[in-house]
Amino acid sequence: MERFTVHTGLVAPLDRANVDTDAIIPKQFLKSIKRSGFGPNLFDAWRYRDVGEPGRDDAKRPLNPDFVLNQPRYRGASILLARANFGCGSSREHAPWALLDFGFRAVIAPSFGEIFQNNSLKNGLLPIALVEREVDAIFHDVAAFPGFRLSIDLDRQTVATTDGAKVMRFEIDPFRKYCLLNGLDEIGLTLRHADEIRAYEAQRRAAQPWLFG
Amino acid sequence: MQQTLYDKLWESHVVRREEDGTALLYIDRHLVHEVTSPQAFEGLKLAGRKVWRIDSIVATADHNTPTTGWERGVDGIDDATSKLQVKTLDDNIRSHGAKVYFPFLDERQGIVHVIGPENGATLPGMTVVCGDSHTSTHGAFACLAFGIGTSEVEHVLATQCLISKKSRNLLVQVDGALGRGVTAKDIVLALIGRIGTAGGTGYAIEYAGSAIRALSMEGRMTICNMTIEAGARCGMVAVDETTIGYLRGRPFAPRGEQWERAVAEWRKLASDPGAKFDRVVKLDAREVKPQVTWGTSPEMVVAIDERVPDPDREKDATRREGMARALEYMGLAPNTPMRDIRIDKVFIGSCTNSRIEDLRAAAAIVKGRRVAKSVRLAMVVPGSGQVKRQAEKEGLDRVFRDAGFEWREPGCSMCLAMNADRLDPGERCASTSNRNFEGRQGAGGRTHLVSPEMAAAAAIEGRFVDVREWR
Repeated sequence: MERFTVHTGLVAPLDRANVDTDAIIPKQFLKSIKRSGFGPNLFDAWRYRDVGEPGRDDAKRPLNPDFVLNQPRYRGASILLARANFGCGSSREHAPWALLDFGFRAVIAPSFGEIFQNNSLKNGLLPIALVEREVDAIFHDVAAFPGFRLSIDLDRQTVATTDGAKVMRFEIDPFRKYCLLNGLDEIGLTLRHADEIRAYEAQRRAAQPWLFG
Repeated sequence: MQQTLYDKLWESHVVRREEDGTALLYIDRHLVHEVTSPQAFEGLKLAGRKVWRIDSIVATADHNTPTTGWERGVDGIDDATSKLQVKTLDDNIRSHGAKVYFPFLDERQGIVHVIGPENGATLPGMTVVCGDSHTSTHGAFACLAFGIGTSEVEHVLATQCLISKKSRNLLVQVDGALGRGVTAKDIVLALIGRIGTAGGTGYAIEYAGSAIRALSMEGRMTICNMTIEAGARCGMVAVDETTIGYLRGRPFAPRGEQWERAVAEWRKLASDPGAKFDRVVKLDAREVKPQVTWGTSPEMVVAIDERVPDPDREKDATRREGMARALEYMGLAPNTPMRDIRIDKVFIGSCTNSRIEDLRAAAAIVKGRRVAKSVRLAMVVPGSGQVKRQAEKEGLDRVFRDAGFEWREPGCSMCLAMNADRLDPGERCASTSNRNFEGRQGAGGRTHLVSPEMAAAAAIEGRFVDVREWR
């Protein structure tokens, strides 16, 4: 997993609540057996005017000029600003893969779908939950100031305006933070406890043998 | 200390606990399907790791598989990328192994959340995971069952564990008797309408009360299935005689002396009297009416005798805009009576409502009638090969076919439209599935979530009708 320490980037606003993972990456792109290449189909149904299919040259497809990520002022954005319950719905990890592949490193919203949040943390995409009032204020700033950027410091758990005038704090699970800061492989960490897993398993097998075999 | 059912399931699976409450949780059953597993198996291979416990794995192909043309074999999968994904699962299971694998075309193949329970591979007290958010279904058997992403699929394959933190306890208490024509689907849709799609976020839900106790296992699975649509990763129901009766004699259920021991263990799987819940939501089953969604989120739902809501009456700006956008997508005007909404297609199926009881209920509505001429396609997709054969034994396939329904092969089908079954842009569907998201059943398609009875009645009338008045 790619490490996440500090990141400063352009903010793109997606002003709708309950953005589901079907919207983030539509089902036809889930047929891939790879982890990469989902970026061109991020928000596919909103981003293009036609219906996307795997294997098509997305560069030749008609863009929807009204969709926020197609607007020139948000080109190169790496922080997505969204509304409540972002990433609700299916467990597809293709959603954070698509966001990362597109170039996002963080998503800021009042709340997230739990499975999406979990999946994001395992891929170096930082989901940052701020209170509704703070998110509202950022939406306002993004609209008011073209080129609006934010700085994220994971170690200090802060999101700040680049001039440092406004600093907002966010919560993150200490273990997830540790893994992100160090780019750690969770499986490797868990396997350090292999003996304990085996001991638990042996005791469980003896007590409830019908769960095994 | 009194424990909730969730507390008991959680505590009994903790392998080790860190100071901050992070736990290593042991996983008993790992359900695997073709869409969310290939990258996990690849990751395992790249890291040179092996599968920790092969006999925990139950695998099937369901998301991509076609519901017609099975006589053509694997070549019946016209889409090359879908075919590759199905073949990749074959290769991965062949090289790594599984307790049991129901590949495409196998007579016991089916939707992963249907085959687990019907084979007795889902047993009370288990932790059950799958790279699919509707894994919550298995909570109906007093399991701690939840959906995971592909990284976690790989983590379970390699370690038989997940790193997790405990959720809070939410009790959904549903008391009273359901009225005629009102189903488990209506209970869960009404609940989501009440608490919203983020209402259960951070919670594990236990469903209890006389209305839940009165439900069959199929009905309980329908409710637990849609728990994720209420924002909670897992929902569960305590063990009772209905649970035990369902499991007796299933292929992978314990037998003989082990059955007796297992049942004794399973009976402990209920919340202790007086156990503390962080939140309680009460629903009166007598007041639940048949539900129909009108928008693009499962929380956008009303009863059949109501009208499409008017965004102008919504005070919150974000919600108002969301409602207006949903109505535009759905092609609906505010204040339209739900009964005036005409439909183009009907889908009876999915891990929510494709079990034998669902098909019986839909067939009872359809029997002796014809699908409305204005309906372009009405299809029934059984949840598994076993459901299909049972339905055929009972003559349900004839009832549906005689009425003008298509009777298909099992799979996820038009719930998420990864195979060829889908809505065309602008088409409106009465669907027994679980999500009405934009484009879920096909780009531009318009989904209304309903019970099997409501979907069947809509097929006959060509518009939504109140099944409570069906004669």
